[in-house]
Amino acid sequence: MFDTFPLWPARASTTAGSVDALFIFLVALSALVSVAIFTMIVVFAARYRRRRGVVAEPIEGSTALEVTWSVIPLCIFVMIFVWGAVIYFKERTPPRGATEVYVVAKQWMWKLQHEEGQREINELHVPVGRDVKMILTSQDVIHSFFVPAFRIKQDVLPGRYTTAWFHPTKAGIYHLFCAEYCGSQHSGMIGQVVVLEPAQYQAWLSGGGAAGSMASNGQNIFQQLGCSTCHRSDTQGRGPNLVGLFGKPVQLEDGRVVTADENYIRESILNPGAKIVRGFKPIMPVFQGLVSEEQLNLLVAYLKSLSPSPSGAAGGPTVVPSGAKPQETKVQ
Amino acid sequence: MATAALTAERENYLNQEYGIKSWLLTVDHKRIALLYLLSITFFFFIGGFFALLIRLELLTPAGDLVQADTYNKLFTMHGQVMVFFFLIPSIPAVLGNFLVPLMIGAKDLAFPRINLLSWYLYIIAGVLMLHCMLTGGVDTGWTFYTPFSTAFSNTKVIEAGLAIFISGFSSILTGLNFVVTIHRMRAPGMTWNRLPLFIWAHYATSIIQLLGTPVIAVTLVLVVLERALHLGIFDPTRGGDPLLFQHLFWFYSHPAVYIMILPAMGVVTEIVPCFARKRIFGYQFVAMSSIGIAVLGFLVWAHHMFVAGISLYAALIFSALSYLVAVPSAIKVFNWTATMYKGSITFSTPMLYAFGFVGLFTMGGLTGLFLAALGIDVHVTDTYFVIAHFHYIMVGGAVMGYLGGMHFWWPKISGRMYPESLGRLAALIVFLGFNLTFFPQFILGYLGMPRRYWQYPPEFQVLNVLSTAGSTILAVGYLLPMVYFLWSMRYGKVAPDNPWGASGLEWMTPSPPPTFNFDAPPVVDWEAYDYEHIPAPQEARSGG
Repeated sequence: MFDTFPLWPARASTTAGSVDALFIFLVALSALVSVAIFTMIVVFAARYRRRRGVVAEPIEGSTALEVTWSVIPLCIFVMIFVWGAVIYFKERTPPRGATEVYVVAKQWMWKLQHEEGQREINELHVPVGRDVKMILTSQDVIHSFFVPAFRIKQDVLPGRYTTAWFHPTKAGIYHLFCAEYCGSQHSGMIGQVVVLEPAQYQAWLSGGGAAGSMASNGQNIFQQLGCSTCHRSDTQGRGPNLVGLFGKPVQLEDGRVVTADENYIRESILNPGAKIVRGFKPIMPVFQGLVSEEQLNLLVAYLKSLSPSPSGAAGGPTVVPSGAKPQETKVQ
Repeated sequence: MATAALTAERENYLNQEYGIKSWLLTVDHKRIALLYLLSITFFFFIGGFFALLIRLELLTPAGDLVQADTYNKLFTMHGQVMVFFFLIPSIPAVLGNFLVPLMIGAKDLAFPRINLLSWYLYIIAGVLMLHCMLTGGVDTGWTFYTPFSTAFSNTKVIEAGLAIFISGFSSILTGLNFVVTIHRMRAPGMTWNRLPLFIWAHYATSIIQLLGTPVIAVTLVLVVLERALHLGIFDPTRGGDPLLFQHLFWFYSHPAVYIMILPAMGVVTEIVPCFARKRIFGYQFVAMSSIGIAVLGFLVWAHHMFVAGISLYAALIFSALSYLVAVPSAIKVFNWTATMYKGSITFSTPMLYAFGFVGLFTMGGLTGLFLAALGIDVHVTDTYFVIAHFHYIMVGGAVMGYLGGMHFWWPKISGRMYPESLGRLAALIVFLGFNLTFFPQFILGYLGMPRRYWQYPPEFQVLNVLSTAGSTILAVGYLLPMVYFLWSMRYGKVAPDNPWGASGLEWMTPSPPPTFNFDAPPVVDWEAYDYEHIPAPQEARSGG
């Protein structure tokens, strides 16, 4: 699975190819520039080494040259910036309809759960050819989810969600590293991403023994915690109706409009007073410390399943365009 | 005492007074420079010792030489010692202290007593740091990231934080002293456009020290308060934000890189014209690029945080600004190279270090372009690629510059010549050892080896073995100069006033200089680097 002395990392995602292309370009450019500078230094050093009777020629400088060697690099830099930014923009924008995996990091372990309900520790099974979106959070310190073969890395923070996505292109077993120093066993916080052919993946899924999907487990918690008493699926509830909420803009009491994304749902459960929906009273109790990160993930998955959009959980493939365009619906 | 034999003929700053008290209570900037030299050399070898232990642990994939917790303390304290107790004071506090007044024709710095105070603050900070290391150490990484440092680490975070807090004031006071001195104490005729570029570089550095260091001081106080009193500033369960710490930390710690590299650029800018016997190419562009780096350097901090959870648009802006700061660095490299054109070049030890600097800094700068490219940074940040990159800048650049400067001005400082052929040999060893140590780390990083790993997958071993082999060569290269500098204080040839035929006021006064620097106050009526009017180098006499 791993070479004994590789000089290039495995390339197993769509991102990997585009990152490598820019990297190779920069290696070539750097080689060219350093060879040019080193050659000039060597040639000058040899050609103008001190000789008897030969004195240095006084030269003040040249504004034309200074401008040239400022402007040309600047133009090249702008090009590299744009190239790098385009890749990054794609890395940071999960495609619609991606399969979602919830990740909870803790010292020193990765806990993962698939939408379908399968739980894994330090291992992630995904099929070739499907977009996978990771929704990451940490129980303690900052960690970082790093899969070199996919060229992706995302810090995992306590108290909020971050996201990353990839599209595996090649079956195999790849390293999963924690890349942000997190204490004693930081270098032991490693795992594997197992990319399977779709058929094998289906076999793996059916053998997983998951007790229901995340959304259905989330619904159970929703009932147990009594959320459903106020958040009813009609207009009579004391809290907002949550059906179809995910991905939509929300009018707040203070006039702001925010998008109901994962972090909004998270905050509204843990600390409901932070953002009060217009027309409702701040009566919801605080759940900080009462629900675990895993339960919170289940709740988020359930609430997303109430919004039938491609990026939602178990809602199926009905197309509701607004759901996947939070950037545009977000005001201010 | 070696200095007695060395300076039998005339009175100078070394032989004017003897005894420990005359050193510990001195207000002479040259003596304070030597106090700093001793102290930072001490810390350099401590930090280097940690580095060797790190490299030895990484010789094998398994964590076997030291325990995981010990390893984490080793890289943390390697970073803290090297950054705060060696690199930041290195060139400014030693060479800058010695040379700033000499180069501008002043008797001393503007505030000699404050200068001594900054050394004492440094020593207090250093003693506290040593105490922290000897009584358990700290394991947060030199970056102190929250909430690990504030709520999870069981080590001496508060003590280490306070040590760095105090050392920061030493740095601020040095910067303050330089700014005032450069503004107020220049000799008649020493206009801004006649200043040696070493002075311009130190002026830019001092501005960063003055404006940036208070921010790290405040940040460390917040970490201490949060740890001791659980204020919740960086704690998300209390409405705080751990990313706020990273913003504050890098707001200082990115410009801090320029505190380390700008003075080294200043050194190289003195060495290259001297050994090419030519005026520097594009004086004003080199001077302004120092200021440009100091200003733009404050606007790029979040490029350390592209995967940390900042917004997409913030990342775009900080990436673009990072490319801007690369331009003045490129200008400098081109101007040094152009200065050699049609020169009359010799290859003494300082010039070899200058070549080494230009080569390694160029590599470090070019790999900075990789890291500023957002798409690539996501893959290589927090890997050995970053480690290699910043060591090319901070060791390949700053330390090469420091060693080049030490060789260049050693005759002035000590009154003695170092052995030239050994000097060249050491420069070569440092260059080769450095590249063998750090070049494999670029490859390791792209392969995906994360930084701060005590154990690692076996396929990374070959490159790690190469790196460790390089580090032992590098260690030899660093020990050699220390040995022959000490040797030269007794047995070196007596240095003439101007052994290199260099321009600049510091070469127009005896080696070593008298306590008040000049026998008569200098008046400057020539331009900087007027090598066409400077006589050829004087021969050194053999001493005894």
